[in-house]
Amino acid sequence: MVKRLFKCVKEYKTDSILAPLFVVLEVIMEVLIPLLMANIVDIGIKNGDISYILKIGIILVISAMMSLLFGVLAGRYAASASAGFAKNIRKEMFHKIQSYSFSNIDKFSTSSLVTRLTTDITNVQNAYQMIIRIMVRAPIMFIFALIMAIRINSKLSLIFIVVIPFLGIGLYLIMTNAHPNFKKVFQSYDKLNRIVQENLTAIRVVKAYVREEHETDKFHDISSEVYSYFKKAEKILAFNRPIMQFTMYACILLISWFGGKMIVYGAMSTGQLMSLIVYASQILSSLMIFSMVFVMIAISRTSAERIVQVLDEESNLINKENPVYTVQDGSISFENVDFSYVGDPNKRCLKNITFSIKAGETVGIIGGTGSAKTTLVQLIPRLYDVTAGKIKVGNIDVRDYDMETLRNEVAMVLQKNVLFSGTIKENLRWGNKYATDQEMIHACKLAQADDFIQSFPDQYDTVLDQGGTNVSGGQKQRLCIARALLKKPKILILDDSTSAVDTKTDALIRKAFREEIPNTTKIIIAQRISSIEDADKIIVLDNGEINGMGTSEELLKSNKIYQEVYHSQVKGAEDNEK
Amino acid sequence: MKNNYDHALKVFKRLFRYITHSYKVQFGIVFISIIISALSNVAGSLFLKYLIDDFITPLFGQVNPDFSALFRAILFMGGIYGIGVFSTYLYNRLMINISQGVLKKIRDEMFEHMQTLPIKYFDSHSHGEIMSRYTNDTDTLRQMISQSIPQALNSLVMIISVFGAMIATSVHLTILVIVILIIMIQVSKKIGGQSAKYFVDQQNNLGRLNGYIEEMMDGQKVVKVFCYEEEAKKKFDQLNDELCESATNANKFANILMPIMGNIGNLHYALTAILGGILAINGIGGLTLGGIASFLQFTRSFTMPFSQLSQQLNAIVMALAGAGRIFDLMDQESENDEGYVTLVNVKYNEQGELVETKEKTEICAWKHPHHDGSITYTQVRGDIRFYDMDFGYDEKRVLHNINLYAKPGQKIAFVGSTGAGKTTITNLINRFYDIEDGKIRFDGININKIRKNDLRRSLGIVLQDTHLFTGTIMENIRYGKLDATDEEVYAAAKLANADQFIQHLPDGYNTIISGDGEGLSQGQQQLLAIARAAIANPPVLILDEATSSIDTRTERIVQEGMDRLMKGRTVFVIAHRLSTVKNSDVILVLEHGRIIERGEHDALMDQKGKYYQLYTGALELS
Repeated sequence: MVKRLFKCVKEYKTDSILAPLFVVLEVIMEVLIPLLMANIVDIGIKNGDISYILKIGIILVISAMMSLLFGVLAGRYAASASAGFAKNIRKEMFHKIQSYSFSNIDKFSTSSLVTRLTTDITNVQNAYQMIIRIMVRAPIMFIFALIMAIRINSKLSLIFIVVIPFLGIGLYLIMTNAHPNFKKVFQSYDKLNRIVQENLTAIRVVKAYVREEHETDKFHDISSEVYSYFKKAEKILAFNRPIMQFTMYACILLISWFGGKMIVYGAMSTGQLMSLIVYASQILSSLMIFSMVFVMIAISRTSAERIVQVLDEESNLINKENPVYTVQDGSISFENVDFSYVGDPNKRCLKNITFSIKAGETVGIIGGTGSAKTTLVQLIPRLYDVTAGKIKVGNIDVRDYDMETLRNEVAMVLQKNVLFSGTIKENLRWGNKYATDQEMIHACKLAQADDFIQSFPDQYDTVLDQGGTNVSGGQKQRLCIARALLKKPKILILDDSTSAVDTKTDALIRKAFREEIPNTTKIIIAQRISSIEDADKIIVLDNGEINGMGTSEELLKSNKIYQEVYHSQVKGAEDNEK
Repeated sequence: MKNNYDHALKVFKRLFRYITHSYKVQFGIVFISIIISALSNVAGSLFLKYLIDDFITPLFGQVNPDFSALFRAILFMGGIYGIGVFSTYLYNRLMINISQGVLKKIRDEMFEHMQTLPIKYFDSHSHGEIMSRYTNDTDTLRQMISQSIPQALNSLVMIISVFGAMIATSVHLTILVIVILIIMIQVSKKIGGQSAKYFVDQQNNLGRLNGYIEEMMDGQKVVKVFCYEEEAKKKFDQLNDELCESATNANKFANILMPIMGNIGNLHYALTAILGGILAINGIGGLTLGGIASFLQFTRSFTMPFSQLSQQLNAIVMALAGAGRIFDLMDQESENDEGYVTLVNVKYNEQGELVETKEKTEICAWKHPHHDGSITYTQVRGDIRFYDMDFGYDEKRVLHNINLYAKPGQKIAFVGSTGAGKTTITNLINRFYDIEDGKIRFDGININKIRKNDLRRSLGIVLQDTHLFTGTIMENIRYGKLDATDEEVYAAAKLANADQFIQHLPDGYNTIISGDGEGLSQGQQQLLAIARAAIANPPVLILDEATSSIDTRTERIVQEGMDRLMKGRTVFVIAHRLSTVKNSDVILVLEHGRIIERGEHDALMDQKGKYYQLYTGALELS
């Protein structure tokens, strides 16, 4: 897992190596400086040797300058290495997700992908910075300070052997106990976020049902949970400082006692005593820092795992070798197609589907909720691969095409469609990057969107909010259709894309299709019978199977489901006509 | 700059009130503990001077030194240290109570207040923006309260007491300290300022990138369908690079602050040693060897808290910015509600008068207190009238001169092209927005006089976007009536024809669904929303495109249930499928915010106007 992530360091490898290198140099200076300081006290001041004090003082100043330089460089490189590392991971993840197929996307929920790309990466970035700065610093500081302490007085250094394990065990206990509690904290945090999120999206429902109090109660429950878990976790961490202080003070006292004796017997100098105390604080604080970093890494480990999951997910739709780059025409044929989202032949959503469509035909698909209409059309631009059977577009198996080629020729207006923040023009250009203004207006006219766009003060430069919330549902659908039309596709699929458009506009759209793009194959999924009534062919789907197929007239004679739907919607209107 | 400072101070004071409000005593103890802890630390440094001067040096060279005095001194010091360790634990422990308690309180208050905000607020603020107050902003706040404040306090006490000790030891050397201090303040100001600037940049870039990520992940399927991957990558890379640059700069300045401070401290040490040496040898200021030694120790104790303080200040500034955003939300004006007419359960007494009752009756009434102290009860019947009503969002007028009468039990349909103002009308009935001019009366009472909650309780609403909540299906239906029995839930589900599909789910009514209804088709989600409205059993029902995602076969079945549901209620229906509104008592055709036609289906068909065109449009053109 770690290896996988380290691959993302790439061009920041130099920085990632330089940072710890300078840290090492900085630490060495930091350890040497107290030694110089001890000399000043012991030799210079004791003997009243001003020139010696000056000499060592200047060396000390130079060392401090060097230490400063190393410290600054280490900080600099650590910053660019970690920011760069995060950038690369983010980039690799995002690019990876772009290569995902629909079924890959289905596997991760949208919100989880977002958290992985944001919070998780930030966690890893912080951990990385910690590793290259402090993870190097702490052990080196520990070792050097220990060496120096031993050099000054090996007997007194035995104190550390007693104290360090005490601190180590204490910290270890704190960390191991705190970690599972923090995990719980994060889980309840997730829940809290979810409740706020749902409350925000459903605020109208909340207010309409006067459920403010109910929601507040729900929130209180979860915020109490966060409160108690957090308190529990932090209570353990509260021991951190006192334990650290305790050992530190114990060291000072022990050193003073034994060191004092040694001084009296002439085995040690006062300056050495002072240095020992400084080294003691360095040794202990490096241990402490080490343990803190350890916690951070442990916490970010979960994040790293989640990132790697995304990176390791392989797209299950890939181009064949030597794919076909041109689509002959808009004919489609399904040959004994079975499909299951999970690839399990026992859980098929589509069963033995066979039909063919000639180029330029208009085909309507109707069926109840859950009859797999959407699933069926999503197979045409190869958003999913069939489980069994074959789908051909332009007489060639969809799996033989280059995917981009295929999808550029098969335009699909999704049921759950999305507009992006930006101007209307920018949104339309999704269909064709190089579309001229004329082309855009033409497409919008076909989709019956031009009128309302022209009525906006900024017309085609009107800025849409995220998700297109500042246009109505029907307007949104028409914009989505226009966007798809700009592709000038050979096949156009509308998946219940005019449900919020009124019948008249709906009829106008279909009329425009018939007159302006006669050679494009049109597949229309609709609830409204009027939307598909005039199609060349209507497919009635029921429970993943074709229940009937033919023109409206034929189906009216033979197909029960169609009759039912037709009569519920159209007959009433006709009665009134008479 | 001054303004910012004032604002930050205000925020800080307000935050501090949260602490003092419920944790006055605890915080007092924390404050004292921090001082004790810091002082015991300083005492440790001072102790070295005495240790060397008074207990070690006198013994030097003695043949049989008596260590008992030294031992007692160390024991004494141990006692002081012990108190120090104890108070360190005490303040760390108490600070957890305070910080978590304050955070919980702030979170709860924020959410509670958010529930009272008008719909307008949610229209004008993105969810991400509001969400980040619950996540990022409270997080930084937690760090500030639990870590930065105590540490800053600790550092401050250390600095002051060490400074005091320094003066006591040597006035001359303290002058040098002041010079160094000024340099340190200047440096940390400069670097801190740079780093703060880049941190703001970083936050902004992060916000922008996260926004982009959210949008793209949400529209990932559209990206695939349009082969827009490369474009998406390009834009992403650009934003990503920008973030990387500002993040590098921000961290760079933050990272170098410590070494710079530390080494200024080292320089200080060297200068002190040289100066002290000169002073001691020349016998100026009565400096002793131990005096220099402890002064040197002080200079070390002085630098550390100082660089800590400068780092904490950074964190505090960032947290205050977050707290400012939180308070901003809390200060938003709540939905105003001057209503005094309430909804109560009533029954008829022997005299045939309405009287208020605690028992559950089928009858509800408006309790209307008058100026003269009398109270009248009006039975809720669902009579709704609009008189010359105008409405606009901000500057834009969207509804003009709407007049409409809905008698109890009538079905009123709104028809018109998208954007004609149909949904807006229904939003005015339940007072999601307030009308500008004109009046709406509910059972003869101006709805402005009715308490909002009671008004909304009397209106059931089913929206096009279903909005379910994470939880079981049972809980979701029960949302309409929190004290509903299981049987009532089943009945409501059956009424909406949702029972059948629910039974087919693996866990039936206990199947857990997620908030966005994943795993359910849109139609199924809508059936649940209808069941949710059914169980609430309101006298007036608003159906805003409630059946648009249900296929017509299912719709017919739902329609049966709905007809049952609508019986005896006043219903407002918005639908695109005109077949579903045909049997309404009145159909109102809206265009550009005006009612242009009204009447029954047959009458409107005879008029051969807009309605006729709309209704026959599809057939005519085919």
